[in-house]
Amino acid sequence: MTPNPILEARELHTYFPVPQSLFEALMRRPHLSVKAVDGVSFALMRGETLAIVGESGCGKTTIARTLIGLEAKTKGEILFDGKEVALRDGQTAIGLQHLRQRAQMIFQDPYESLNPRATIFDIVAEPLVVHGLAKSERERTAAVATALEDAGLRPAEHYFMRYPYELSGGQRQRVVIASALVLQPELLIADEPVSMLDVSIRAEILNLLRDLRQKRGISVIFITHDLSTVAYFADRIAVMYLGRIVEIGLTREVLRDPQHPYTKALLSVAPAPNPRLRRKRVILQGETPNPINLPNGCRFHPRCPVAFDQCKIKDPQPTVLSKTHQAACLLLEK
Amino acid sequence: MNEKPLLRVRGLTTEFATSEGAVARALEDVSFDVLPGKTVGLVGESGSGKTTTLMALMRLLPASGRITKGKVWFNDTNLLALSEHEMRDYRWKSMAIVFQGAMNALNPVMKVGDQIREAILLHDLMDRSAAEKRVRDLLEMVGIAPARRDQYPHQYSGGMRQRAMIAMALACAPDILFADEPTTALDVMIQAQILQLLKEIQKALGLAVVIVTHDLGVVAEVCDEVVVLYGGKVAEYGSVDRIYNHAQHPYTQRLLESFPDINNPSETLASIPGTPPRLTQLPPGCRFEPRCHVKINRCAEVSPPLLEVEPGHYVACILREGKEANFQ
Amino acid sequence: MSDHWKLFLRNLNEFWKAFRRNKLGLVGGFLILTALLAAIFAPALTPHSAVDIMRDSNGRALTFASPAMHSPLGTDDAGHDVWALLIYGARISLMVGFLAGFISMFVGSSLGIIAGYFGGAVDTLVMRVTDILMVIPDLPLMLVLVATIRQMDLKVSPLSVLILVIGLLYWTSAARLIRSQTLTIKERQFVARARAIGAGHWHIVRKHILPQLMPLIVTNTVLILSTAILIESGLAFLGLGDPTQPSWGTMLNFAFSRSAISNGAWWFYLPPGIAILWVSLGCILLGNVLEEMMNPRLAAHYLEGDKGMIAITDKETGL
Repeated sequence: MTPNPILEARELHTYFPVPQSLFEALMRRPHLSVKAVDGVSFALMRGETLAIVGESGCGKTTIARTLIGLEAKTKGEILFDGKEVALRDGQTAIGLQHLRQRAQMIFQDPYESLNPRATIFDIVAEPLVVHGLAKSERERTAAVATALEDAGLRPAEHYFMRYPYELSGGQRQRVVIASALVLQPELLIADEPVSMLDVSIRAEILNLLRDLRQKRGISVIFITHDLSTVAYFADRIAVMYLGRIVEIGLTREVLRDPQHPYTKALLSVAPAPNPRLRRKRVILQGETPNPINLPNGCRFHPRCPVAFDQCKIKDPQPTVLSKTHQAACLLLEK
Repeated sequence: MNEKPLLRVRGLTTEFATSEGAVARALEDVSFDVLPGKTVGLVGESGSGKTTTLMALMRLLPASGRITKGKVWFNDTNLLALSEHEMRDYRWKSMAIVFQGAMNALNPVMKVGDQIREAILLHDLMDRSAAEKRVRDLLEMVGIAPARRDQYPHQYSGGMRQRAMIAMALACAPDILFADEPTTALDVMIQAQILQLLKEIQKALGLAVVIVTHDLGVVAEVCDEVVVLYGGKVAEYGSVDRIYNHAQHPYTQRLLESFPDINNPSETLASIPGTPPRLTQLPPGCRFEPRCHVKINRCAEVSPPLLEVEPGHYVACILREGKEANFQ
Repeated sequence: MSDHWKLFLRNLNEFWKAFRRNKLGLVGGFLILTALLAAIFAPALTPHSAVDIMRDSNGRALTFASPAMHSPLGTDDAGHDVWALLIYGARISLMVGFLAGFISMFVGSSLGIIAGYFGGAVDTLVMRVTDILMVIPDLPLMLVLVATIRQMDLKVSPLSVLILVIGLLYWTSAARLIRSQTLTIKERQFVARARAIGAGHWHIVRKHILPQLMPLIVTNTVLILSTAILIESGLAFLGLGDPTQPSWGTMLNFAFSRSAISNGAWWFYLPPGIAILWVSLGCILLGNVLEEMMNPRLAAHYLEGDKGMIAITDKETGL
């Protein structure tokens, strides 16, 4: 691992304004916003896989979309390969268009992320067309064939003129992966790539992603709600709750020695495929509050099993536990 | 297994007519027992027939499907021999179901409490005021504050809507609760809450529960017995402990190995190549044969019978030894 | 590439297989096709032209002659063969209807896509214009416009004026429909994926939005054709057609103003009426069937069975 990160987020905020009614506007009510991502910082090293884990509504998908420029950030900085991500290329900036050539996103739903009226060839060739690469028919055919075969669809020619509806879920996700690989990206952002697939297919896709990562040294941001997949797949884990990273560290550190009460709870409910391991679970009551009106103090305190008085007042800052491990909890600050 | 089963499913076979005129054998020769107060898990992938099994038990198959063979004994009554009118008495009052994705099927313009009350009143169990009390009791039982009775579904979170659906299924105090993918599409924490709720209700009411799921983690967590379905047939059936720790069917074995274990991360996950069979184009022999890693030539020719490899543990694989299953 | 050609043939074949099942669609297609063929091969279907005057052996014009061998649908007040008028009129009626229909669909679709895709101020502007056009009654507005433009003595043929006025005023409902559909498609994940790849607006609209809209556009073009033909007939009936190039509407206008009814010459006014009905019925039948085929929501009713039965999803049965 070279020391310079391929991707870095600094104090990233993404807010979505809540639409106001005419009445609210007339009454000059303050503009509310959904604080989907609320101050997230992390660095992703070259060749590394970082898993961002959390429940729905924690802001993990918004981070992915903000990183690739599908949502506009409200505050903070994104650096790709040491350059700030901006609208256009510059001396110290990398333009979105350029970023989207070097970083690719894999979406969650293989049934929805492929244009139903485009052939597999057109879908996989699309990134080349968009970026004006591989101009000749022959180059393009060769690139598409390689990408499809790398994604495990062999023989590639067999799939060229097919439509997504003719393929199974697993095959479709392979097409999505092929179209992400065709540009030889350095960074892959995968948003729950296997959660919509059947169990027996999941393992294949995960193995494929892992092989690609190892062979090509692609850095991966892997977004998921499923800790057991992470254990298999990631070098590091960032656990998110309500728009913030509450704990980040090496996979082994976070899974073996979780420090934040939320991480502990998540781990205790992660499904284990063995009835002999039925554990005592820490089941948090209630659900994630809505990110419009965040709780004061620590945002986890209303559901925290070990909260004390201070938690209602003071917002905890990340405590450094080891060179690689940080968690934000007042119990650790003491 | 001394206790008398509440529900005995024997040789259940269904067929579907497809739009192309072909016949899909959605289920073939499915047998299992449901003991009172116990939880049975029906596990399988899309197209394995797990939902079809539930629908066939409730006799709620779509018009294109019909049950061609088999018996479903509820205590001593064969449900398949009843008239539609008689069956209606069993549905909801004896066997209730939480449909897949049902939490999104609540009527958006009707108060949640009214919807539950409607379920009670539809079955003529009690008068309005008694029903009203029952609604509040049910809501409390599933962990919803009775004050939220008058709210609309959009004011409920996903987990609460699922709780409301469970309350509705419990409205007529059934003996068996069927739950089709009750935790799919819910967050892990909410999943854990719902599973805990199901366990609590089961304990409090002595209810038998049949859970249909693709999630092996859910089964390991709450089930006593497991029926593994593949391509519409029972691949393996037995107690949860035997299945998870001594799986005999190659499919079950691989399925368990392909499940990433958080406590024991492995280098590579076992995977099953290929895709589940289409029910219109079933292989002639064992349905798992095209994807099997230990198959022999005979597997493509002979459909394996269900063998009892040890008491109460059944496997459909010709490579295993045991006497042919003979269900009472 | 021959692969693309094969794919096209395969799609066409599949479409035909699905289309063939619905008898009403076949009837609609037949109605339109016969009208089109009659218009195209008009000279082969009658020895006369629209301006020939039928005369008896004494050289006198046969006026209001009832159907006979020489003129199968009789003659009009000036002795023109009604059958010739009808099939030559088909050329005018169908041309005005089709061109006006295509223009209105093109304008409506473009504006709808632009409004739906870009949203914001563009959307507001386009939709307000649409609203205003929608609340003004169509027919009187078109009457006034056509009459005014005629007065201005521009060097434009009366038919072009008719086509443009219908085409440029009749796009509002199409624009609304296409806009709302665009709004839904825009939110789908494959559009997000295209953006994430780095695709520009033009690429996304062309490659991702338009192909999804195509079925809707085709269906509505077919449906709007019937409206355009009806409006053309209406305007022509009110005397705004081109008297030198009679259409079905003009024929009705002549029949009405030259007392065909009081003369009992039903063969003069009935055929153009039936022809208008023929084509617009064809368009509506075909349009409805196409809509049913291409709109998955309308196709869902095939799944419904007996009372108390519920459908199992495709995914579960694996079909």
